[in-house]
Amino acid sequence: MNDSVKKSLETIVKDKFPEAVFDYTADEPSFTISTDNMHSSIELLKSNAELSFQYLTLLGAIHYPERTGEELCMVYHLHSWKHNQRVRVKAYLPIDNPCIATITDLFIGANWLERETYDFFGVQFIGHPNLKRILNEDDMDYFPMRKEYHLEDGTREDKDDRFFGRF
Amino acid sequence: MKDIIKENTKLAPSFFDSKESIDGDIATINFGPSHPATHGIFQNVLRVDGEKILSSEQTVGYIHRAFEKLAERRPYNQITPITDRLNYCSSPINNMGWHMTVEKLIGAEIPKRVEYMRVIIMELARIADHLICNSVVGVDTGALTSFFYPFNQREKIYELYEEVCGARLTTNIGRIGGFERDFSPEFHAKLKTFLKTFSKEFEEFDSMLARNRIFMDRTKGAGPISAERALEYSFSGPNLRAAGVDYDIRVMKPYSSYEDFDFIIPVGVNGDTYDRFMVRQEEIRQSLHIINQAYKNLPEGSYKGDVPDFYLPAKEDVYNNMEALIYHFKIVMGETEIPAGEIYHSVEGGNGELGYYLISDGGRTPYRLQFRRPCFIYYQAYPEMITGSTISDAVLTMSSMNIIAGELDA
Repeated sequence: MNDSVKKSLETIVKDKFPEAVFDYTADEPSFTISTDNMHSSIELLKSNAELSFQYLTLLGAIHYPERTGEELCMVYHLHSWKHNQRVRVKAYLPIDNPCIATITDLFIGANWLERETYDFFGVQFIGHPNLKRILNEDDMDYFPMRKEYHLEDGTREDKDDRFFGRF
Repeated sequence: MKDIIKENTKLAPSFFDSKESIDGDIATINFGPSHPATHGIFQNVLRVDGEKILSSEQTVGYIHRAFEKLAERRPYNQITPITDRLNYCSSPINNMGWHMTVEKLIGAEIPKRVEYMRVIIMELARIADHLICNSVVGVDTGALTSFFYPFNQREKIYELYEEVCGARLTTNIGRIGGFERDFSPEFHAKLKTFLKTFSKEFEEFDSMLARNRIFMDRTKGAGPISAERALEYSFSGPNLRAAGVDYDIRVMKPYSSYEDFDFIIPVGVNGDTYDRFMVRQEEIRQSLHIINQAYKNLPEGSYKGDVPDFYLPAKEDVYNNMEALIYHFKIVMGETEIPAGEIYHSVEGGNGELGYYLISDGGRTPYRLQFRRPCFIYYQAYPEMITGSTISDAVLTMSSMNIIAGELDA
């Protein structure tokens, strides 16, 4: 990992978005940004000639039920081939109104990934051209990847979190 | 007579270029979900004017099996069988990609021998994957012979898997930390025979199609995509390389000692069916080249890393050795200490960048595991690639993109 790339990444992003919080503890650098600035920060990463994060690797959501007011975390993985450096952009959304701007205008490939995230987590992508369920049935009325939906029958008592290392 | 011929040749391209119907007779056709030409469960609703496709809409998810949800309730070593069922034409790559992700999370040191063994198995899997795809392209152009030729060699590869892990299609090969056992003498013998005989039979298959006038006429220009569009769609793997972009994870972010090997990344020009076919053909040759290098330089050492907390010990040790029994118990009962962390690891799968985004909260199972499934991402471009072409080209485009239902629907 190139330290100068990381430094210029932080400088360029912080210059425009002083609120961005950088984190280098994981395998790739990541920063957290507010929901409103998420779209413009990804646009900056993509269009900035020095950074040129022009490849969208993946996007998805994570559900943290215990974080009140920011239960859903959107994660965008971008890859700069110029520096061979990946970055993750994170934005936290409240679960009762999970709205975020679509990035299909920046990356067409985000279309189905956003539909999948809507399908499983219920994140509303504002401006998405065709936001409907993709892998599940259209008439499903819940978002199955949220933590409150257990894999097993809810009445079973023999398989709870204690058996999976969580107390 | 001469005039009529001229008239016709002029008419044909303009008809296929125009977006509008000539007589306003537009039909809606359900291509799939269960159609013999789609090689899997895919639905495409095509609006056609005669043979010309005006628009298409895909439905996916017919074999959705909730892998990401399942993975949240499974210990790490039980997730390997799930990954088998993503791209089931090259299961070992998926398995080992997952093992490497966990090893990255726990910071395990893996012996060089294991990495070379993995490279051999993964490149065998890539050969099998590309052989299936290319032979099916042959079938869809009407050449059934090309389907049977490569399957002979594919069978040999499956026998090699069998020698390593006992399974053929959904392999569940290897373990976190290495392999169950070292390559057996039978494996060595079979691999040597394979390396000797494969080239000849493969070149026979190649000469059947690669410079075949009928095949070239049929596949050139079918389902093309430009490099720019392919990048906007986040294409990866052979389909992206056929469009002319040399993006390969094995070189970009080498894993499992790929930096030790000498190989080239073939790229195409037009991103059409013929280029995709040719890129896969060349990748098979390069894979064989890598296997030869890895096998020749196979280092001495252990077939497993020193990660007793994750590597399930051999059964005879469990019965005869106290320490192995303790580790066996800890792994099976989920008493293993797993560090909390966030990891993205990707490997070059049969279809492109196969990624694992793993979030661990220290529990026995992943808190969240997301797969980057290359098929799912590039299948979005399918309507754009077939609009304006004929239904027979749509079949060909789908098979040459190597859309695998298991990977598409997770």
